[in-house]
Parts: sequence; C-alpha cells; structure tokens
Amino acid sequence: MTVFAFTFYLFAITTVVGGLFTVVSRNPVHSVLWLILAFLSSAGLFVTLGAEFVAMLLIIVYVGAVAVLFLFVVMMLDVDFAELKAEMTKYMPLALLIGVVIIMQLALALGVWGFSDGYEARIAAPAGDVSNTAALGLLIYDKYIMLFQLAGLILLVAMIGAIVLTLRHRVDIKRQNVLAQMYRDPAKAMELRDVKPGQGL
Amino acid sequence: MVEFFTNTNLGIVLVILGQCLLVLVPLLVALAFLMYADRKVWAAVQMRKGPNMVGAFGLLQSFADFLKYIVKEIIVPAGADKFVFFLAPMIAFVLAVIAWAVIPFNDGWVLADINVAILYVFAISSLEVYGVIMGGWASNSKYPFLGSLRSAAQMISYEVSIGLIIVGVIISTGSLNFGDIVAAQDGNAGLFNWYWVAHFPMLFLFFISALAETNRPPFDLPEAESELVAGYQVEYSSTPFLLFMIGELMAVVLMCALTTLLFFGGWLSPVPFLPDGIFWMILKMSAVFFMFAMVKAITPRYRYDQLMRIGWKVFLPMSLAWVVLVSFLAKFEVLGGFWARWTMGG
Repeated sequence: MTVFAFTFYLFAITTVVGGLFTVVSRNPVHSVLWLILAFLSSAGLFVTLGAEFVAMLLIIVYVGAVAVLFLFVVMMLDVDFAELKAEMTKYMPLALLIGVVIIMQLALALGVWGFSDGYEARIAAPAGDVSNTAALGLLIYDKYIMLFQLAGLILLVAMIGAIVLTLRHRVDIKRQNVLAQMYRDPAKAMELRDVKPGQGL
Repeated sequence: MVEFFTNTNLGIVLVILGQCLLVLVPLLVALAFLMYADRKVWAAVQMRKGPNMVGAFGLLQSFADFLKYIVKEIIVPAGADKFVFFLAPMIAFVLAVIAWAVIPFNDGWVLADINVAILYVFAISSLEVYGVIMGGWASNSKYPFLGSLRSAAQMISYEVSIGLIIVGVIISTGSLNFGDIVAAQDGNAGLFNWYWVAHFPMLFLFFISALAETNRPPFDLPEAESELVAGYQVEYSSTPFLLFMIGELMAVVLMCALTTLLFFGGWLSPVPFLPDGIFWMILKMSAVFFMFAMVKAITPRYRYDQLMRIGWKVFLPMSLAWVVLVSFLAKFEVLGGFWARWTMGG
C-alpha cells in the first residue's frame, strides 16, 4: 500500500466514522465535536487531492467559524435530546428514503462523469506552473468576476434581511453613548458646591 | 548511508521525525526561559525581584515549576465529561505545536515549505479556540463555562481583523508562502524595506489583535481572576493545566514569529552590510516578546464590551479600509511598486 492510499483510507474512514457518530451520539455537544472531526478529515482528503487552498478554506470557514457557532448554540440550548432521540424511529423511514435518494443521485452523477470520454482531462490540475491558489484566484476574480460578485451580493442581501427582521428599536431603555462617555471630563461631569449646614442645596 | 535517508520510505520518515525534534526541542527549552523572562519583566516593572531562588538568578524556575506540575495529583470534577475534559488540554497543546511546522527560521529552514503556509497558520490559530471552549464546557462548572464563552467570542472577533491584515501583506507580496513574504521585504534600504514601513498602521493593529487572539493582558478576560477565578482553567490541575499553559505561551511565541515574518523581515539583516541569518529572526522574536511582556505589566484590563467594540467597530473597518487602499496602491504601482513587491523583482 502506498503512502497516498494509506492517507486516503485513513481520512476517508475518519470522515465516515465522524459523520456516523454525529448522528448516533447521545450528547449534542459530542455530536458537534464528531462533526468537526468529519470536517477536518475531509480537509485532509482535499490535501491528498492536491487542493491545499480549498482544504485551508474548509478549516478556516467551517471548523474555525461555523462549527464554533454550532457549538455555542448547542451548549446554550437546554433541549432534552433524549426525548428527541426517542422520536427517531418515527422519522426513520423518511430519513432512509432521503438517504437513498441522495446516494442514487451521487451514483448517477459520478457514473455519468466516470464513464464519459476523456473525463481524466477534465479533472486534471491547472496547466502550467500556476499553483492551484493562483488558478482559483484567476478563475474567480477574472473569468467569473460578475457571478462571484453576484453571489456575494446575494449573501449581503440575506445578511441585511436577517438584521432587518430582528432589529427592534426600543424606546423605553437607556442606551450607552460611548463617544459621549469618552469625551466627558471631571469638569463637565461633576459640580462642587459648598453646602452650608442646615440649608442643603 | 545517505541513500538510505533520501530514497527509502523509512529513511525519509526518520529524517522528517528528526527535523520535527530539531524544531520542537529547542522551542520547548526556549519556552521555559521565555516564561522566566516574562515573569522577570513583569516583576521589574512592579519593582519586585521575581523568581530568584532556583538556579542562578532563578534561571531554572520554569523547570522546577514543570516538575511540580507533573507530579501533582490530577483532580477531575465529579460532573465533568471526562473524555472532553482531557481532550481539551491536549488539543490546546497539539494545535499550538503543529503551527510551527510551516514557520521558517532562516532561508529554507522550514519543516514543510507549503504554498499556503500563512493560511495554514491562520487555520490552526482559528482552531485554538476549541481547546478553550471544550475545557470550559467539560468542567461542568459556571466560571469555566463563562470564561470559555467569553474566549470564543473574543477569539472569533479578532481573527477577522488579523485575517484582513494578513490579506494586505499577501496583496503586497503576491504569495502565501513565508519564504516569499520575507524575500519580498529584502532590498537595498535594509530595515526601511520591511513591511512595517509599507503597512505601518497595520503593525499596531496586528500587535493588539495578537494580544486579544492569544488572551494576553489587557484582553485576558477569559481568565480574569477578579471575576472568573481563572476562567476555563479553574477545574484543571497538574499536567492538563500545564498543557493549557504551554499551549497558551506557545501561541504567544507563534504570534511573535508571525509579527517578525510579516512586518520585520524575518531573518533579514536590518543593515545591508551585515549578513542575514537565524540570529536576526531570534533577536526580533525576542524583541516582540519583550513588548508582549511589557504590555502585560503596564496595562489595566479592558471591560468586555470595550473589547468587543474595539474589535468590531474600530479594528474591522480600519483593516478592511487598509485592504482596499493597499489593493489600489499595488494595482497602480504607487511609489514605484512599494506596495507591489513582485514588480520590483523582490
């Protein structure tokens, strides 16, 4: 067995095991941790393919940001997951159906891809001495710049939409004005009075 | 004999293992003395003596501490999630160590000379938050949990600005490889060719973000002892605590190395007539570490909302604006390509 095959099987098995335990794990926090393991080993698979830039992005975006938020939410939620798990048998047939459909789709798509003529040329690494980071940059920022910007714009709209939906202007609370606080000095903030005994202010 | 190490699989693996030890062992020994230096600087600012009993001038204090940590009893809280409880310090330690695989100490002196080296370091430092979150959660106790929540929010916030600052440097260099980044800072003008001139305001932003990212004072809110006892480390004792501590310090030293490589020209000599070399790299890293130690000694701790406000409302817009500005300066080769080093053949 070559080193390449060994690393491939190592990462592939870890990914599958991680995914499996994400589903069957009793503790939701453990589920997220297994999910992170699955992410990391799929990043490893990308590296064995020679796509190191995509692998690093997968780690930075999914493991470094998205999964941290998952973990945050799951830790804060007080959901009785044992109860939810008990209902698992009820939804099992539907879940199995969806799983079978996805496997069929993947098999059909990859089958067509694999048996078509000259597929090896299409999955080849970028030609010339350009590293795949540079090749990706040229594709996204030169060739498909409009589509890329459009995708970014859609995400921006989604983000603004989420903020607009949840934004509430509450009038009966006191807000902090940081600039006003920073520019306050003792001369403006307090006043010294000489109070005579028995008189008060 | 040479053929065994260059041609056979076993030989290559042995060579790589040897290289790893060559990086790791000096690093861990240096860490012991850096810990001592940190405490000495801190003590000197506060007009104390600092550690001065073990060995000459207390030089061996860290080794005495090390022995003490490993022979003490490991205490596990009753309600703790044992597996995650012990996994957390190991993750913190391992992540802090593996980031050094791509850090070059001299021209070509690097374990793994990969194309995306700087992204790799960034990815690893974005993972370091897991050690803290898992430790805080698995302790099943309120203070550690609050500490870990604070830490998670803080590290994610400052990663964003660190990432954007790195993007500026990458735009100037045109490469993600540390060797290329340092080579791009080489030139006739010596230290005025380094990126601390070209990216001057970002040096400060990077330094402050690095303080926040590594939970150093004045941003050490995850372990603010006056509010949270010791944050996520409360329930840890003995070796697991030692692993957390080493991991934290190693992340600080990694940030020193990053500052040196990105802004101070790595192993390049500051004046043209002196030779480049690993000596300069170590000297610059020590200087940056001295700054880290001084900041710890002289600054009061921030309030949590102030920390978040600086991260999102000050640093993020500034670093984003700088990326746009640098892209402009690089594209139009302002000042003869001062921000577009690939055009100067550097």
